[in-house]
Amino acid sequence: MQEKPVPPVGDASGDSDAPLQSLQSRQSRKARTRRELLSLVSLGFSGLAAAIVTIPVIGALLAPLTRAEPGEWRSVGPVDSFRVGETKNVTFLDSSPLAWAGPAANTAAWLRRVGDQQFQAFAINCTHLGCPVRWIQQADLFMCPCHGGVYYTDGSVAAGPPRKPLSVYPVRIRDGLVEIQTSAIPIV
Amino acid sequence: MKFLVAIGNWFDDRSGISKLVGPALRHPVPAETASLKSGWMYLFGIGTLTAFIVQVVTGIALATLYSPSTASAYDSLKFITDKATLGSLLRGMHFFGASAMVLFVGLHMMRTYLTGSFKFPRELNWLSGVVLLMLTLGMAFTGQLLRWDDNGVWSLVVATEQVGRLPLLGHAIGRFLLAGKTVGATTLSRFFAYHVFFIPALMFALLGFHLYLVLHNGISEPPKAGEPVDPKTYRARYHHLVERHGKPYFPDAAWHEIGFALLMIIVIALLALFIGPPKLSNPPDPASIVAFPRPDWYFLWYFALLALLRPSFEDYVIILGPAIVFISFFLVPFIANKGERSPIRRPWAPAIVILTVLMIGSLWWYGVIAPWTPHFDAKPLTAQQVGAKSRPVFDGAQLFYAKGCEFCHAIDGQGGIRGPDLTHIADRVPLSDITTTIAGGRGNMPAYVNNLTPQEMENIIAFLESLKTAQR
Repeated sequence: MQEKPVPPVGDASGDSDAPLQSLQSRQSRKARTRRELLSLVSLGFSGLAAAIVTIPVIGALLAPLTRAEPGEWRSVGPVDSFRVGETKNVTFLDSSPLAWAGPAANTAAWLRRVGDQQFQAFAINCTHLGCPVRWIQQADLFMCPCHGGVYYTDGSVAAGPPRKPLSVYPVRIRDGLVEIQTSAIPIV
Repeated sequence: MKFLVAIGNWFDDRSGISKLVGPALRHPVPAETASLKSGWMYLFGIGTLTAFIVQVVTGIALATLYSPSTASAYDSLKFITDKATLGSLLRGMHFFGASAMVLFVGLHMMRTYLTGSFKFPRELNWLSGVVLLMLTLGMAFTGQLLRWDDNGVWSLVVATEQVGRLPLLGHAIGRFLLAGKTVGATTLSRFFAYHVFFIPALMFALLGFHLYLVLHNGISEPPKAGEPVDPKTYRARYHHLVERHGKPYFPDAAWHEIGFALLMIIVIALLALFIGPPKLSNPPDPASIVAFPRPDWYFLWYFALLALLRPSFEDYVIILGPAIVFISFFLVPFIANKGERSPIRRPWAPAIVILTVLMIGSLWWYGVIAPWTPHFDAKPLTAQQVGAKSRPVFDGAQLFYAKGCEFCHAIDGQGGIRGPDLTHIADRVPLSDITTTIAGGRGNMPAYVNNLTPQEMENIIAFLESLKTAQR
C-alpha cells in the first residue's frame, strides 16, 4: 500500500530533501484518503444504481400482497335451480378476472341448498393441502383425491389428514338469484 | 485446412483465448481421477452439468413454441406435443433432462458427502452446491407447473398451502406464489419468468462459481483411510500430489467425462423418442373438480410423506423438515472440515446415505401406490361376484358401490385399498360390530348413520354376511 505518489510536474527536487519528503507524505496521505473516498463514492453510485433498477422490480413482484381485491358477489343461478338437500358444483369468475386469463379466471364452490331460503357454499379446496374435493352424491361425502381427506355434507371432517372443516364462502339470495362472494383460495 | 488454421491462429493471437483457457483445461488432476477405476465416481458432476446444458438448449427451443398465458398455455403444450416439428422429442428431452439433473445432483451430492470432499478447503464448493441443489429443485417444481394442465395448477395450490403453514409470513408468501388471492392470469406469467429468467440466471452465476472453485481448490483426490485432512498441511500435500503424480485434466480425465456426457445425451434422446414426454392431464381450470393432482416423480416421495404424517405434527414437519434438512446441509462443512475423509473411517456417512435412500425409496413407492387415495374409478361388483340376485344381498352389493364403500374397501380384490379388504369380514367380526362401525365410523371410516336407512343397512350387512366362507 506504500505507493510512491507521482512527483508533481515541475517539482524542483534535489536542493532540500526534508520539506520535499514532508510534502510527498502529505500528498500521499491526501491521495490515499482521496482514493478511499472515491472507492466509497463508487460503491455508493453502484448501490444507488442497483436500487433504482431493483426497487420497481421488487415493487411489481410484491404488488399482489398489497393489492386490494374486494369480494364481488357473483350470481350462480336462480334459487329454483337448486333442490333442497342437494350439493352442486358451481363455477363463477374470481374477484379480478383479467381479459387474457382464460379458464384461470374461474373459481368454483360446492353449493348446498340447506333449506328453502338457506344456502351453504364450500370452497372446493381440501383443508389439508388444497386439492379439489369431489362430492360423492350417494355416499353424501366429499372426498379428496390427494391424501384421502373425507368430509360430511356440512363440511365437517369425516376422515383423513384434514383437521379443519371445509372453508365456507359468503352466500346470499338477491332477486331470486343465489350469489356467492368471491374469496381468496383459503390458506388454512 | 491451412486457411482454417490461419484463421484460428489469428483469432487466438488477437483474443488470447488459449492463454486464458489452456492452463485451466490442462490443470493437473490427481492421477486416480483420470483412470476409469476410481474416476467413475467423478462423473456425477459432469452428468449434472450435461443435464443442465440439455435443459438450457431444449428449454430455449421449447420457449419458441410455448405460450406463457393462462388462456393458451395448455393448447400450446398440446401443439408442442402433437403438431410441432420435433416438439414431442424436445418436450421429452426436457423432461428426461430434468429427471437426469435431479438424479445426478443427488448422486453427486452423495459422492461428495461419502468421500468427505466437502472438507477443507472445499467448504465453498459444497455450500454453492447446496444452493444449486435448491435451485435445481426450484426448476423442477416450476417446470412441472409450466405444463399448466390441471396437475400444474393444483401442484401450485398444494405448494401454496404448504408455505401457508409457516407462522407469520406464511400467508404473505402464499399470496406471493399465487400472485394474488386466487390462481389468475398473472400467476403463470410469473412462473414462466421464474423458470426461464430468475432461477436460471442464479444458476448460471452459481454454476460458474462452483466450477471456478473446482479449478481453484483442485478436484478432491480419492480419500485414503489414515490420511486425514489437516488444514495446515492439506494444500501443500495436494499441490505436491498433483504436481508430481498428476495428469492434465484435458484430455486425460476429460475424455471419459465427455464420453459420459455423450452417452447421457444419447440415453436422454432415446428415452424422449421411445417413451416420450409425460402425458398432459385435464385442462387447467381452477374450477375443475375431477383433478387427480400428483407431483412428478422427484417430489412424489414428499407427497407420500404428507399423506402418512400424523395430522398433529404435520405442521412441524412441513415447516421444520425442509428447514432442518437444508440447515444441516449448510452446517456439514463447518461441523467437520478436517479429519478423515474415507467413508471407512466415517461409518455414519454411508449409514446416513443408505437410510436416506431407503426412506426416500420406500416413501416413493408408497407415493406410487397411494393406498390412502379413494379409488374413484372402482367398478360396481358384477352379479357373478356378488353370487346372488336375490333382494337383500344383491341390493346390498349395489349399495356397497353406490355409497362409496368400494372406493376404500375391496371385495375379491376389486376396489380401494384405503381400508381393509372386506371379502371375509363376516368371518372375523360379529355382524353387530360391523353395523356399529358402519353407522358410527371409526378412525378413517366415516359414520354413515345419517346416510343409510335401516333397510339399506340391513342389505349391506346381508351382502357382507353372504360372503362368509362357510356360506359360499
